Amino acid sequence: MRTIVVAGASLAGLHSVQQLRNQGFDGRIVVIGAENHAPYDRPPLSKAFLAGTLAAEDLALAEQSDLDGWSAEWRLGVRAERLDRAAAEIHLSTGEKIRTDGLVIATGGHPRTLPGAEHLTGVHTLRTLDDTVALRADLRPGARVVVIGAGWIGAEVASTCRDLGLAVTVVEASPTPLARALGSELASVCTDLHLDHGVDLRLGTGVSGFAHTGTKVTGVLLDDGTQLPADVVVVGIGIEPATDWLHGSGLPLDNGVLCDPGCVTAIPSVVAVGDVARYRTPAGHVRHEHWTNATEQPAVAVRNLLAGTTLDTFRPSGYVWSDQYGVRLQLAGETAGADEITVVDGSPDDRRFVAEFRRAGLLVGVLAMNNAKLFGRMRRQLTTA
Amino acid sequence: MITACAVDDLPVGESVRISGDVAIAVFNADGEFYAIDDTCSHQDASLSEGWLEGCFVECPLHAAGFHLRTGIPTCLPAKKPVRTYPVVVQDGMIYVDTKSHEAVA
Repeated sequence: MRTIVVAGASLAGLHSVQQLRNQGFDGRIVVIGAENHAPYDRPPLSKAFLAGTLAAEDLALAEQSDLDGWSAEWRLGVRAERLDRAAAEIHLSTGEKIRTDGLVIATGGHPRTLPGAEHLTGVHTLRTLDDTVALRADLRPGARVVVIGAGWIGAEVASTCRDLGLAVTVVEASPTPLARALGSELASVCTDLHLDHGVDLRLGTGVSGFAHTGTKVTGVLLDDGTQLPADVVVVGIGIEPATDWLHGSGLPLDNGVLCDPGCVTAIPSVVAVGDVARYRTPAGHVRHEHWTNATEQPAVAVRNLLAGTTLDTFRPSGYVWSDQYGVRLQLAGETAGADEITVVDGSPDDRRFVAEFRRAGLLVGVLAMNNAKLFGRMRRQLTTA
Repeated sequence: MITACAVDDLPVGESVRISGDVAIAVFNADGEFYAIDDTCSHQDASLSEGWLEGCFVECPLHAAGFHLRTGIPTCLPAKKPVRTYPVVVQDGMIYVDTKSHEAVA
């Protein structure tokens, strides 16, 4: 291979470039990044960067010297628009076509939106640095914030808004968010964090629309007929994998780019990593939307890409963390399939504990709140599938 | 000099966090004592809660590794080193010389 294109210049794309060089690829690397920014870290977007306590330059994922050392061509502010498989070309939004021998798909995803929000100001999603800057500008003193979705992003945004002294309502369609992953008891410990910090929490409630004056949002309409007044609305209901540009390429797509267990697509010279990659496991195809996954998959995908065949299969650590309301949550393994959940240290009431998740007696997952040390020890004892 | 703890209270493989103007983490790596900044140079996490392996500690939040002797990170996401401090053992006590932290490139 002489040229490899990495489509996507965020965490998974950056790690792919690093892996290509670390694993000895000395050809041309072209990185296509839809955003104007050099690779930056997204987790602080809902936390310190939104709060204004972390500067944009501190989000950089790599030093300029690292980027220079990898000598890749960074095409930022440019989208990959089409993969022409027959010609082995990537068509860019600039009209340019890049001929390539290999492709790493790391295009991530787009936040889901709600119908009716398209033309309203004051309604936000949170995925990019620019999204955060726009949201922060709306978080003026006294603003009433409604967060739709009580997942990690929704919870972290709600927490940051409370720190800023704003009134926050969190609306969540599920009556028991996180219950499938954490079991009902520990899931409610997590959702109780909202109540501990004065959030108006509406569980089991769907959103039917928005109230507005002109194009400015003024409220959120709920399924039960309630209207919540709102100056700012944050929609945190997950992402859609960014695969639009691959339609017509011949690559199998289904809620992501379908891959074998080694992140290799139906074309051996095309691999997929990060939020967009849906790889095969014994339990079916799986896609992860987590930071650590985006740092772990490139090593395997790049090895298989350079080998031209699947030598390695991906084994996820399943590590996820969230900082919210002054509490650090850490999760690893496959907690969802557990048949036995036990708090082995501390107490949920004290907001400091470690719980183990077992299936057929085997330790398959660990959840910790404010106990990173014991969590770190226990996650190394996990039985990986 | 600040007092960390008694030698007997820091067995091999263990660490302790000393709070102060700048929090410091002290490690017993196979019988050698090391002191470094406790806060990871990447994001807010306490390295004293990290995983100790040989002469390296892995951050408990994002798994960035740091060399205990030099403070230099071994991998992303950390890009900047943490400061290291001389450790003095005297009469069964561990002390850290916080005044003469060692600058690294």
